[in-house]
Amino acid sequence: MKPERKLIAVALLGAIGGAMAVYLSLGNHGASAFAQPMPTHQVPQAKEGGVVVQLCDGVTSMEVKGLKPGQAMSHEQVLAVTSELMDEWQRRHPDKHWVTAQADTGGAATSSPAQTIGAAPGNEGMAGPGASGAAALKSQQGDTYASFGARDPLIWKAQTDAFVDEGNKIFHSVKLLGGTIGVSCDMCHPNAANTHPETYPKYQVQLQRVALLRDMIDWCIENPVKGKTLDPNDPKMRALEAYILAQRKGAALDYGKH
Amino acid sequence: MAARHKSIETKFYEDRERVLKALRNCDRRTFLKIAGATMGAVAAKGLMPPHTFQLVTIANAAVDKDFSGQGAQGDRPFTFAYISDAHLYDRTLNQRFVRSIVKAVDDVNALDPQPDFVLYGGDLAQLGTATQLELGRQILSALKAPVKMMVGEHDWFLDLGDKWQELFGHPTYSFNWKGVHVIVLQSVYEKDFWTARRMTPEERMQTVAGLDNGVQSRFEVGDQQRDWLKQDLSKVPTTTPILVFSHSPLYKYYRNWNFWTDDADEVQAILKPYDKVTVVHGHTHQMLQNQIGNISFYGMLSTAWPWPYAPEGLPPLTIQMNRADPFDQFDGCGDGQFTARADGLVDTVYNLWDRNPVTIKAGYLVSQGKTDRPPAPQFASY
Repeated sequence: MKPERKLIAVALLGAIGGAMAVYLSLGNHGASAFAQPMPTHQVPQAKEGGVVVQLCDGVTSMEVKGLKPGQAMSHEQVLAVTSELMDEWQRRHPDKHWVTAQADTGGAATSSPAQTIGAAPGNEGMAGPGASGAAALKSQQGDTYASFGARDPLIWKAQTDAFVDEGNKIFHSVKLLGGTIGVSCDMCHPNAANTHPETYPKYQVQLQRVALLRDMIDWCIENPVKGKTLDPNDPKMRALEAYILAQRKGAALDYGKH
Repeated sequence: MAARHKSIETKFYEDRERVLKALRNCDRRTFLKIAGATMGAVAAKGLMPPHTFQLVTIANAAVDKDFSGQGAQGDRPFTFAYISDAHLYDRTLNQRFVRSIVKAVDDVNALDPQPDFVLYGGDLAQLGTATQLELGRQILSALKAPVKMMVGEHDWFLDLGDKWQELFGHPTYSFNWKGVHVIVLQSVYEKDFWTARRMTPEERMQTVAGLDNGVQSRFEVGDQQRDWLKQDLSKVPTTTPILVFSHSPLYKYYRNWNFWTDDADEVQAILKPYDKVTVVHGHTHQMLQNQIGNISFYGMLSTAWPWPYAPEGLPPLTIQMNRADPFDQFDGCGDGQFTARADGLVDTVYNLWDRNPVTIKAGYLVSQGKTDRPPAPQFASY
């Protein structure tokens, strides 16, 4: 068996992941910039009455003829289909060299140049102070997820900080919270102090049940703030959770603590 | 979940809405019937206001603005009470904070014997408007004992003190009371952060009203007022007990939240020659004590809401209050009394609502915690 065949499981995950992304996007509505639907892979329609299976690149796909929706493939059929998909992918990417986890643990194969994607010549400074550059970002196990450059972590941080900042705004705004008596979260919880998100889930004695942080956020919005409770998937709830958790960076998780 | 678990306050709002609805468009006879029924319901539940809604009239007695000094030659010990940090909005917007300060006024009026005076510790208003300050003045006017007013940043930064001074006079003053020299300071001046940012008065006020935004400047007593303080004390012998009221703590606790006075060290230096100095401050909404050299510091409770202890800088001698129960709007809040003893030191009682009162004897701080240590709280902060 060729080494690349070890990656066959990834192919099926593509189709499942696509379905999950569609599901998640359903609960994600609202006016916030953080209410964007999750990205999805578009799987082409079956043309010959079979089922279309897509690789996790979101591009390479094939139709399994004779397979009905909901019907499982035999093990042999799965191996055949995934082999065919990977062959197709490699035909279109002749310059890519896959290295398997097994080969990688040997030590000799870890320095495959194809996986070392660092800053481009002349752009070394873009990663900023503290970034360790190409060496740290080098793939360890040949996984596609590791194929990122020095700029990517900066982008991820900016995106995360923007999400937290959205929560910061809501936390400090009577209007965005929908408060009716002039009370906002920060009036009792400057910098989200005394919200102790690291202690949830815990038995909340006053509620006589186990509560999550979001239950307490909702309780505060309804009672002291005098607003309307938020759906758990409401972008405002998600942003508030993000802000509160971000303020406790470094605190040890200690669920159930009183 | 929410529908079955309501706070005392949410129930209060529902009761209130029901009564107000019934009162709309009713004739005098019906009105009396409803008022009677409300009172009856309150009595039947065994509740006293302000736990539930009833029609309350607040007397409109004049606030004592210029303490005449009668009795100034009397003897210690004497007591004084405080109410602080009510943060009133207009009463049409927010009943919660109104009920809290009314509760404190009831507490103080129930003291027997009555205190010599009541110190109001600042932040009467939330956003410094005339309506909010006038509402506060009206509520405090129901106090039986004379009221001494101190200003807070929430009273000041809408119009830079115009309305507050129109109602209560100059924010910096001193008087002698039974052998104690009492000084009230305006400790919440800030260097101009608003002009360069082209802020409106409302934006300036809103910025100062936030604790954790980092935009505003730090509080300060300022050169001019420190000169006044030196001048004021130049006539006072160093053996005279000194009692200072400031809104912000006159030491450096936590800069990010302005639990801080920038020129605190300079003010402490002015007070250093005196044998017995007590500083009582508001602003921090928590039980807080500190001892720096000859100076004992006591933080006052708020009527409106408690603040968590800051993540760093807490004075080591502080006896923390129990973690407040968020489901009880009065927990962690309250008022208190002080006793100026014959020896010129000051004992403190924190009258925590819905909890047992906590007494801090002067000896606890003066001895650096070696004597009179009060019990530690059951639930310290996280």
